Amino acid sequence: MWTLFHKFGSPPWLYRLSGSILRWLLPISLLALAMGVGWGLLFTAPDFRQGNSYRIIYIHVPAAVVALAGYYVMAIAGGISLIWKMKMADVAMHAAAPVGAALTFIALLTGAVWGKPTWGTWWVWDARITSMLILLFLYLGVMALYEAFDNKAAAARACAILSLVGTVNIPIIYKSVDWWYSLHQPASIKFTGESTIDPSMLYPLLLSIIAFYALFTCCLLANMRAEILQRERRTGWVQRLASENH
Amino acid sequence: MHPVRKQRLIIVGSVVVFSSIAIGLAAYALRGNINLFYPPVDVMAGLAPVDRPIRVGGMVVDGSVERSSETLEVRFLVTDYEAVVPVVYVGILPDLFAEGEGAVAAGTLNADGVLQATEVLAKHDENYMPPEVADALEASARRKQEASL
Repeated sequence: MWTLFHKFGSPPWLYRLSGSILRWLLPISLLALAMGVGWGLLFTAPDFRQGNSYRIIYIHVPAAVVALAGYYVMAIAGGISLIWKMKMADVAMHAAAPVGAALTFIALLTGAVWGKPTWGTWWVWDARITSMLILLFLYLGVMALYEAFDNKAAAARACAILSLVGTVNIPIIYKSVDWWYSLHQPASIKFTGESTIDPSMLYPLLLSIIAFYALFTCCLLANMRAEILQRERRTGWVQRLASENH
Repeated sequence: MHPVRKQRLIIVGSVVVFSSIAIGLAAYALRGNINLFYPPVDVMAGLAPVDRPIRVGGMVVDGSVERSSETLEVRFLVTDYEAVVPVVYVGILPDLFAEGEGAVAAGTLNADGVLQATEVLAKHDENYMPPEVADALEASARRKQEASL
């Protein structure tokens, strides 16, 4: 187990592994995304109260779910980077931030678009929207902090601490609708007990969520590969790789 | 595990735990400000400030919506099934505003305990279903009610 863990610290090994994962995961995730979102947007029944406007759920919820999960990916990579001083963990942490920020932004934007016809407002300072905005700032903060240092090791240490401290926001976002009075309704998909979304609407939603997870993984790996090449550009294996492709 | 790494693991763990506790305590202290609206029971108990903009949220009481025939004025009651707050609003209501559904009204309470709303938002619940399923559920509920009578 530990040898496998230490293998992840090897840039050429990780570069090759991520390349072979991307080769099959990227087409699958794009297919799943087209199927899940297409199914949800085109073929499900309209909602009994919201009509067709509820269909934005097929973008809004998956983006928000994966934005939260992506933060844990970033924070855990940050923790590994602090404890084991593993450069590839820094790379993973730095690669997760822009993808997570993009997903958070999509969730906020689609939420505003959805809020206007249903609630009657684009924006309201309810607990969930506010904590989601904080999540966006945490992601942007990690990205900005990383660029603020010339020394990559110091940058990674600062970003790792920021992302670890920020993890407290994730359960707050998740439970905000239960802990405080908010405009958001409680969760429809339940891990225990029956979900309050009709199965005909739930299945395309679950497929979209899986597709967003897969797409997040693809973006993360692609970002990491680019940074690995950038960091290792003076090493033998990258130069051999470059000369092979020419 | 190497003792140095073990020590770092403990430090990382305590950073997460202690920052969570700190932010948790702060959020607990600010809980009144994090709530988007007051439930009617708090308004009735005098916990909501008068003459200052607040939000009151709850269910719109069935049969309570009265529309003025000349202006856009709407009067309705908001309840949390423990207390009731009357609301007066002049303006266009959101499409999803309906009796028996959730709503959040923003405005100021006057001396009579009536909320003069400047904005009314509709709050929807966590149920999503196709119209046919909703019709079927309603029909079966009706049958059950008739059977019990």
